[in-house]
Amino acid sequence: MVTIKRVIDYAVKIRVKPDKTGVVTQNVKMSMNPFCEIALEEALRIKESGLASEVIAVSMGPSQSIDTLRTGLAMGADRGIHVEANDSLYPLSVAKILKKLVEIEKPGLLILGKQAIDDDCNQTGQMIAGLLNWPQGTFASKVVLDKEKQVVTVDREVDDGIETLSLNLPAVITTDLRLNQPRYATLPNIMKAKSKPIKKYTPEELNVEIKSDLEIVEVTEPPKRKSGVIVSSVDELIDKLKNEANVI
Amino acid sequence: MLKFISHFLKSKSNLKSTLSNSRVPISRNFCTTPIRDSIQYDVVIVGAGPAGLSAAIRLKQLCRQNDTDLSVCVLEKGAEVGAHILSGNVFEPRALNELLPQWKQQEAPITTPVSSDKFWFLTKNRAISLPSPFNNEGNYVISLSQLVRWMGAKAEELGVEIYPGFAASEILYDANNKVIGIGTNDMGISKDGSKKENFQRGVEIKGRMTLLSEGCRGSLSEQIMKKYNLREKGGAEHQTYALGIKEVWEIDEEKHQPGAVLHTLGWPLDHKTYGGSFLYHMKDRQIALGLVVALNYQNPFMNPYEEFQKLKHHPAIKPYLEGGTVIQYGARTLNEGGFQSIPYPVFPGGAIIGCSAGFLNVPKIKGTHTAMKSGMLAAEAAFGAVNEGLDMNTYWDALRNSWIWEELYKARNYRPAFKYGLIPGLALSGLEHYILKGRHPITLKHGKPDHEATNAAQLHSPIHYPKPDGILSFDVPTSLHRSNTNHEHDQPPHLRLRDPKIPELTNLPVYAAPESRYCPARVYEYVAAEQNKLKLQINAQNCLHCKACDIKDPKQNIKWTVPEGGGGPGYSVM
Repeated sequence: MVTIKRVIDYAVKIRVKPDKTGVVTQNVKMSMNPFCEIALEEALRIKESGLASEVIAVSMGPSQSIDTLRTGLAMGADRGIHVEANDSLYPLSVAKILKKLVEIEKPGLLILGKQAIDDDCNQTGQMIAGLLNWPQGTFASKVVLDKEKQVVTVDREVDDGIETLSLNLPAVITTDLRLNQPRYATLPNIMKAKSKPIKKYTPEELNVEIKSDLEIVEVTEPPKRKSGVIVSSVDELIDKLKNEANVI
Repeated sequence: MLKFISHFLKSKSNLKSTLSNSRVPISRNFCTTPIRDSIQYDVVIVGAGPAGLSAAIRLKQLCRQNDTDLSVCVLEKGAEVGAHILSGNVFEPRALNELLPQWKQQEAPITTPVSSDKFWFLTKNRAISLPSPFNNEGNYVISLSQLVRWMGAKAEELGVEIYPGFAASEILYDANNKVIGIGTNDMGISKDGSKKENFQRGVEIKGRMTLLSEGCRGSLSEQIMKKYNLREKGGAEHQTYALGIKEVWEIDEEKHQPGAVLHTLGWPLDHKTYGGSFLYHMKDRQIALGLVVALNYQNPFMNPYEEFQKLKHHPAIKPYLEGGTVIQYGARTLNEGGFQSIPYPVFPGGAIIGCSAGFLNVPKIKGTHTAMKSGMLAAEAAFGAVNEGLDMNTYWDALRNSWIWEELYKARNYRPAFKYGLIPGLALSGLEHYILKGRHPITLKHGKPDHEATNAAQLHSPIHYPKPDGILSFDVPTSLHRSNTNHEHDQPPHLRLRDPKIPELTNLPVYAAPESRYCPARVYEYVAAEQNKLKLQINAQNCLHCKACDIKDPKQNIKWTVPEGGGGPGYSVM
């Protein structure tokens, strides 16, 4: 099972709304989160190597999330699940809903992107692993599945290099950038994806209460960077460091 | 270019797939390699713009009326419908009223009627009010990108299949030289031509009829017009063009007058350069502001982007912008050839519609309504051709009997009159507009083709443009960021040089590298290379798909070809 999130496309110039409650999403191009694409690609490769029977793509959000699901189906997922929710879903809510879906579908492997590029939370994968009490391999840069032994070996990108973990299935993996290069959805596959099934749920049907434990107080643009100054001598540099920057 | 090809010939396994993607003139055998998937439709339309979508909608309407069905496929190189659409735009709803008369009830994004119509002659410091030559009563100020998105939704409701993110890169022919469809780009080819991990072969989209609606200077349309000699066949002159550079601003509430329309002539352009600016107030405190410069300008040092930045500092324009922010930026070329440049638009297996043929009414500065009407007329002819085996050439007859022809005929002399200079041009335009109204047998001819009009650099001196202030005027990278443009960087550059030596041998020494000035995206840069010489660097990733380089390059050495689908600008309110 792979989760995919519909986010603002990475190439779009982001603008903060004048009332500072968030960013402008109206008339803005949305796409599949790049890390989710990588997660889906990895799932498809596992299936193509014969180690999995089915890839299910899951997305939660407003009805337009179905477009993103269709792209996932076009890439090769077998069927989709859409959980309709019009308010923003924070990672804990997503993890709770995902737990219910896992109980229904019983996947052997859950693959997510490490984070979404709109909130950069990097929490959902870890939270669902905790809720399910499954082992987790996050920031995966290599995944090797051993179906016989029911074990997956994950290379993780950590600050001081690569850590290799061996996880018993079922497990949660979150993908990092260097794991793979996602495939393009071809035109014939896009056409075929139209007839692949997408099952719809609401959080209420799944008995999950979405209550937001976070409140966004304000969204502002980062402060404008001042242009650099080229100093003409060491004395000038010392003077600036002492009197302008106040660091010496 | 030659290096590109020799590399391919070395790696034989890549031969078939990559050759069909290259710009080498290849025999038809390679175009129809059996490796590609082939999908058959009744009608294939290239380009989801006003013309293409009007044709698609009209086809489905005719199907319903006649209790039949045709499969219609629209391919769009932009990542979304509307992503590559840029236009002023003061919209005349004439064609839309015929196509979708319920557009208002169906909530088309056409909600701001024109409320005022001003026309100024600018000098460096003043704005002289002139009587407005336009009659915009009944017209609306719109974002064409938004309208096209709405039309896309309407088309899909009728059963049209639209596939954004797929670029039609080649025409498919049968053994009798008849067009049988198009082929999309191979995806996942790296800069050096080798296949990447995610290489995906393009597909063949075959159609019993193929309609090309790629907009101004469409890459496939230009190929077709050359192949079947459509300009000569239609008795047409060459096409002439202008480059429009546009920004959408969000301004102060008090300064915003929804529906206000302003056009200017004169400064910052000189007497030898045709062009002018526009400022339209849309809704939501947004204004559309732009400068249009005819591409037959003579001074190779002219930089249309910088002229636009200058314009924004004019004392009569500045007040609107102060306190505002730029939301989007973009640029696109447009047709100015009008009546005299309309090619014969029908070829074996298809037709050309919209700006790819060229139906823009220059004095009115409107091309959307005629583009849409041409799409509708082509759809009617195509329906007859595909359904009943009638002759597609009825499209040409329909065009000549339509209001497009009448309108463009009346407007035919305004633009050519400016080849005599700004004042004679204005005088002759006044004569045409108020007295003659085109009712006389004289049809002025165009001047030289745009690319031949550039003088050698030695006849002019470099123009000094002021530095951008970051508030009203900006540098190119800042503006480019606002166009949301992007391309997969690891792909072969889509701007091909027919002869790679010409930029350093001709463009730079003789013309002082005009491409480094007219390109509104800074794709062409001359950078220091070995031996202190300057070398052309093509930043293809920046490209806005405006086609100015394809038009204006003095030796016609630059060929714009279509990059991987899904790349390019991301316009949403342009």
